[in-house]
Order: sequence, then structure tokens, then C-alpha cells
Amino acid sequence: MRRFALIAVPYFWLLALFLVPFAIVFKISLSDIALSIPPYLPQLDLAKGWKGFTKFLGALDFENFEFLMMDDLYYKAYLSSLKIAAISTFLTLLIGYPIAYAMTRASEEWRPTLLMLVILPFWTSFLIRVYAWIGILGQEGFLNQTLMFLGLTSEPLIILNTPIAVYIGIVYTYLPFMILPIYSALEKLDDSLLEAAEDLGCSRIKAFWLVTFPLSRGGIIAGCFLVFIPTLGEFVIPSLLGGSNTLMIGKVLWDEFFSNRDWPLASAVAVILLLILIIPIILFQRNEQKQRESEG
Amino acid sequence: MTEALRPVFAPWNDPDEKPLIQFKNVTKRFGDFTAIDDLTIDIFEREFFALLGPSGCGKTTLMRMLAGFETPTEGTILLSGQDIAPIPPNKRAVNMMFQSYALFPHLSVWENIAFGLKREGMKGDALNSRVDEMLRLTRLERFAKRKPHQISGGQRQRVALARSLAKAPKLLLLDEPLGALDKKLRQDTQFELMDIQEKTGTTFVIVTHDQEEAMTVASRIAVMDEGRMIQVDTPARIYEAPNTVYVADFIGDVNIIEGRATPSGEQVQIAWGEGVSDITGTTEKSFDSGEKVHFAIRPEKVSVSVEKPDDTPNAFQGKVLDIAYLGNLSTYHVEMHNGQIIKAQSANTRRLSRRAITWGDTVWISFTATAGVLLKG
Repeated sequence: MRRFALIAVPYFWLLALFLVPFAIVFKISLSDIALSIPPYLPQLDLAKGWKGFTKFLGALDFENFEFLMMDDLYYKAYLSSLKIAAISTFLTLLIGYPIAYAMTRASEEWRPTLLMLVILPFWTSFLIRVYAWIGILGQEGFLNQTLMFLGLTSEPLIILNTPIAVYIGIVYTYLPFMILPIYSALEKLDDSLLEAAEDLGCSRIKAFWLVTFPLSRGGIIAGCFLVFIPTLGEFVIPSLLGGSNTLMIGKVLWDEFFSNRDWPLASAVAVILLLILIIPIILFQRNEQKQRESEG
Repeated sequence: MTEALRPVFAPWNDPDEKPLIQFKNVTKRFGDFTAIDDLTIDIFEREFFALLGPSGCGKTTLMRMLAGFETPTEGTILLSGQDIAPIPPNKRAVNMMFQSYALFPHLSVWENIAFGLKREGMKGDALNSRVDEMLRLTRLERFAKRKPHQISGGQRQRVALARSLAKAPKLLLLDEPLGALDKKLRQDTQFELMDIQEKTGTTFVIVTHDQEEAMTVASRIAVMDEGRMIQVDTPARIYEAPNTVYVADFIGDVNIIEGRATPSGEQVQIAWGEGVSDITGTTEKSFDSGEKVHFAIRPEKVSVSVEKPDDTPNAFQGKVLDIAYLGNLSTYHVEMHNGQIIKAQSANTRRLSRRAITWGDTVWISFTATAGVLLKG
């Protein structure tokens, strides 16, 4: 009984905060748009009893999903999101790994400070930080002013409202999620392993590729998923920095919900997005579990 | 038995023998701290050389300089007559077995052992047979596919040994190789190490703080303190003829008696306090009359008896303060008339109930004139 109670807590959590909302969204995705409050039909009316319920069920259909298949906007948006998420994850890894590596090479007394600096941006609202990039990247922004002042360009670079701005925004925002798991993997690494590798005939670079890199793989995989998964559904960064040029599914979702007030279609978009995300989430969980086992 | 038939292994006594390693006036400083202080020593091929000392005495620094992880501040280190200072660790014919073993956790036992060989470009059958040979040598055949976290501490130790021996180095460095093993396993492994050293003919330099371990395995022991080598000698000489109070005290159990010397012919009389007659000792060193002297004698060379023995120049009466029963041995703490406590050890050849001496008894302790060592200062 006690065991059951213990297991029940996380399951209740999962039920209340994930499965129930998902069921609601899924139900809406099977409904039809309507000019009412809430803006979809059918509504479940329990006062009408069993007959009302069967009528309610009969009115649900997969029309919205069919529409998603027909209009290429959605499938292009999904693909574009996948591409942007993959490229941003790769860029974040490229920048984050050297930073994490440098942090573990720093002297012991500096490490807490460096760690603090990585986490520091979280103290400010995410929205404000993304807005700040508008001020930096705009045509009259700090970046262009500096470049022109230095004489590096004569005309302002157009970065804002291009995919480049989106990449900058995503890499900037999600960098700590990449650095922290890699840092924690590298920090556990015993220095004598590198000495052993050198002793057995490796150059420093070779020792890095044969020892350091494979031993930080768990951190790299965790970091990549932590960046890839939220980036796939990201909508604040593309809508603020990407302008109309960037097609991302998060933005499409937002537009369907709030501009078109087409809740059923937006819900269908969300359900598909979740299905796409389930694969990397499961892979992520398996990686974590494998990691724990090998540390056993 | 076979020891007696074989010529004694003592290349350090042979002036024609070329040392494998030579330290020439090597000093190593870390900032203000001097880890190694003007050290000169030769180590010969096939030796099992032990560096023994308390932590912080510089023994690990010495070893890391041989491996190439530290460079001497002053002086030179020669390996087969060649200065090794400019050679990076990955190019030295020296391998090291790390205290933590430093096994690569992402590689199997087999891959760990093959690691160094692969860096040499060895592959195919040559690689397989070399790794298998190492696995056989260390009796690890059954564990080749396991990862380091799937085997026991003793097995890990053997993997580390196999890995460091795989490249057939001229010199193998062992940093506290048995420190992580429990006592029983450590004793077994000591003999295994000696066996492997003999089979492979590799020169071993071992760092340890465990004097028993050094005594068991080493052909020579260097006792270190504060970056200096206090005495370099065979285990027997270190034990029987320590050259300083420090060495005598560091190795094994010892009674150190302070006194004043009076030479009389080949013998020296040592006055060591009121109420006790002089100790008679022998030495090759010359002492001035009245010079301060330390007389060091091992407890097992002191015997305890109820009656006064009459065939020895050194017999003193005292009272038993304490008896430490160790099973096979008992150590008697006997207080002399001058207040000094002398430890005497005797083998328990009889069962406990049959022994005559107990707490508070008045007893005689005695030893021969040659049993102890006279040390200056």
C-alpha cells in the first residue's frame, strides 16, 4: 500500500499536468471551429445524458489533421523548424563545448564564478533578453554602429529579420543548456586519465579525441537534446528576431491560435509537434538511463 | 633455496655496470617549496627500486619527473645515458601505473590494454597476440570484454599493470600500486608483482609509503625525507644497518636510546642515565669520548627473562609495564631504572597460560654487543 502511494505521487503529477491537458488539446483538435466561446464545437453537455455523449463523440473528426496534410504551409513549417533546431543545436555545441572545456581547465577557485556567469542571464526575463537583441542587431543597432565606427563596413548589415538573427537568438538563449551538462561531464573527468593516455603514447590532441571527448559524450547528448527539444517549438525568438522570413511551427501555432482564433487547427498542429518531439525525448531518457548505469 | 645458487643480484656494487637511470644533482621547486633537493642516484637495469617515505617527501615528484609530467628545475636525468628532459611523456620508453589506476572507463579491459599498442601503430594479429599475452600474464583472460566498472579492485589493479607493461617499457613506474587493495590481497599481489618483474625483466621503480611493501618487493630501497634521499640500500641493510635515527625509526619498530659514548678498543660503552650500567655496543664508526650517540636496537633482538642471563654484556633489570599480544609475537614494554622504556619482543612458542611473565613482574632484558646500531647525532 505504501509502495502504491509512493508511485501514485509522480503518476498523479503526470496525469494532472500532462495527460489531462493533452487530452483536452487532443479533443479540441478533433473539434470544429465555431463562432462561440470557447471557439469550437461540439461542447460536451452532460445534462443530456448518454445520448448527448454519443452525439458529442459523433461530432468529432480528423478534419483538421487532413487539412494539415493538404496545406503545404504546415509541413514546410515542420521541416523548417527541424532544420533550424538541428543547425542551432550544432552551433550551440560548437560554441558551448569549448566554453565548458575552458571552464573545467580554469583553476578551482574560479570555477564557481564562471558557472555563475553562465547561469547569470537567467536572472533576467527571457523576453527582455531577446528584445535586447533587437537593439543590438537592428540596422541602427549597436553592432552595426560599432562596425561602421570601426570602418569595417560602409553600409549597415541586415541581420535582424533574417534567419541569421534567429540562429543568434537561439544559440544565445540555449547556450547554458549546452554548457552545463557538458561541464558536469568534463568536470568528473580524472586528470590522471589524460596523463595515462599521454604516457601510453598519445599527443595532447589525440588524448582529447580518444579520452576526453568520448567521456563527455553523455554530456554532449544531454546538452543537444536540451537545446533541440525546446528549439523545435520555439516561437518567441523567430517572431521577434526572424520577421516574416522565418517559418517555424511555433510561430504558425501562435498565429492559428491568436490571429485566426482557429483553436481546433492550432491544437492539431500542437498534437503533431508533440508526436515529433516524442522520439527525441525518448532517446534523451534512454541516454540518461544508460549514463546512470555506466556510472553504477 | 634457489636464491643461494644464483649469483647475487647487486649491479650497484659493480663499477662496470652502466646504470639505466641517472639522476644528477636534480632539484625540483614548486614556487618556494623544494620538492627534490639536489638529488643524485643511479638505478640499474632489472632493479626493483622502491622509493619510500612519508607523504610530501618528494617521492611522487621524482616519479613524475621520470614519466615526463614534471621537469627538473636544476640538474639532469639520464635514461640509458640520454638526457630525457626534452622528450615528452608520450615519446618516452617509460610507462606508469597510476595510483588511481586511471583505466579508461569507456573502454573494455581488452581495449585498455591495447590502447598503448595501437598508438604505436600495432594492429591485426600482432596486436591480438600481444594483448592476449598480457591478459594471460595478469590472469585476466576471462574479463577481457568487461568494462573497468564491472570488475573488482584487484582485477582493476592487474589491468592497470597489464596496460602499462604492454608496450614493454624499459622502465615501469608504479605509483602506490597496491594502496587501494586490502591487506591480504596486497600481500598476494606483492609476490605477483615480483614474479611479473622477473618474467618480463623490466626495471621497476615503485613509490610507496608502506615500508613492509618496500621490504618485500624491492631490490633496493631509497628512504626519502623532505626531498632528500636519506639512505639507499638493500632492504636487509636498511633494516639492520640504518644510517640515521630517521631511517631506523621509519622502518619497523625500534628502541632508540640516547647516551654518551666512551670508546674502549673495538667496543663503545654508552652511558644512558642514572641507575643503569653502560650499554656495550660495537661499531665501525669512531666516537670521541663523551660524544652524543643514539643506540638503535630492534625489539626482536632484545630478550626478556626472569633470571639474569650471565652470558651477555648487556643485561638490565626492569619492570613489565605492558604486554602487547600479537598472536605469534608478544611485545613487552619494560621500564628501566632510569625511566626509559625498552620494547622487547619474543615469539610465543608456548600457549598463553604457560608463560611466566606478566604485568608488573621484575624481569631482565638482555642483548648481545652486536645487536644494536650506534648512530651519530
